[in-house]
Amino acid sequence: MAARTFTINDQLISAREGETILQAAREHGIFIPTLCYLDGVSAVGACRLCLVEIEGSRVLRPACVTPVVEEMVVRTDTGRLREYRRMIVELLFAERNHVCAVCVANGHCELQDLAIAVGMDHVRFDYAFPRCDVDISHPLFGIDHNRCVLCTRCVRVCDEVEGVHTWDVAGRGADARVITDMRQPWGEARSCTSCGKCVLACPTGAIFRRGATVGEMERDRNKIAYIVAAREQRW
Amino acid sequence: MGRLRLATIWLGGCSGCHMSFLDLDEWLFELAQHIDLVYSPLADVKEYPERVDVALVEGAVANEDHLHLIRQVRERTRVLVAFGDCAVTGNVTALRNPLGAPEALLHTIYVERVGTAGCMPHAPGILPPLIDRVQPVHKIVPVDVYLPGCPPPAPRIRALLEQIIAGGEIRLTGREMIKFG
Repeated sequence: MAARTFTINDQLISAREGETILQAAREHGIFIPTLCYLDGVSAVGACRLCLVEIEGSRVLRPACVTPVVEEMVVRTDTGRLREYRRMIVELLFAERNHVCAVCVANGHCELQDLAIAVGMDHVRFDYAFPRCDVDISHPLFGIDHNRCVLCTRCVRVCDEVEGVHTWDVAGRGADARVITDMRQPWGEARSCTSCGKCVLACPTGAIFRRGATVGEMERDRNKIAYIVAAREQRW
Repeated sequence: MGRLRLATIWLGGCSGCHMSFLDLDEWLFELAQHIDLVYSPLADVKEYPERVDVALVEGAVANEDHLHLIRQVRERTRVLVAFGDCAVTGNVTALRNPLGAPEALLHTIYVERVGTAGCMPHAPGILPPLIDRVQPVHKIVPVDVYLPGCPPPAPRIRALLEQIIAGGEIRLTGREMIKFG
């Protein structure tokens, strides 16, 4: 496979053909923040946290879905990018009711970690305080829409890895919600196999194991990539 | 530099941030050499004084009394610190916001759920009226420093106070200083 040589932050990088900027950066230990990206499922470029600057390009590009091009010059950590990333994280916090202190994922949350990484000590936008449901109709798992960031990892892992597509997104804009089956309570969603892959994939405390209390919801998100890799090697 | 005039304020919060402040333990003796505690729920001073150097404000703005006090604090204080998650984000105090206007909420809690003996809390001059939406402090008055945490751990409070005592620019970064929750 042909190699591609390009630079990230003045560092010369060699990548395989077809690799994305994010993959190449990670292989070389260069940190680019992500939220909707999850190893093992397709990348969708939805959260915009991995935006990078590319010399000669007027627009910013999401690193997770932008393939490396020979001699490309990429910057991942400029003042503009840092400000945009902090704004994105602040908007995520303002959009739903994220209360770390009483969240099952406190201490194990990718959104909380991102807030630290982007230096968010407070949110400059007005909080929306939307009314959101909590669905605990499933015998094993629950979904708290207060904590959902609409990354669609649950949708993708259910569709692409479990092959079921119980999860999807309904509604638009601020009314968008992840749903199970035809927007039924999760416990009545007949297609759900209760495999728990969505629980593994969720970056926040939105999808959780029932019975978990504050800070108890730890999960190994690498398991998804592990399952996919094991399968690819067998087939 | 003279001794700092320090105040601590308790708005809509659980007092956990003040408890964490007390967790500074023996370092409080060290702190006492640099500050005069001029107003605090721990000091029983009735009127918020003039010319305060630093105020640690715990809690969100949830009622009319908080509104009045925080405006007074802002007018009379040089460095206003939003102290803990309720002050910074609204946090647990703001959990009522998505549930709608406070009157309906109070009615549910004090009348509907109580049965025949329930009545609305009503004590003018004693019970301050709730404001429509609980707000973080910076939505009401300008804030100079944000110290997240529920509560901010004692070492975090100490690190901030040491920076304030040292003078110069205040910089809070990293998990140890700005993790919420």
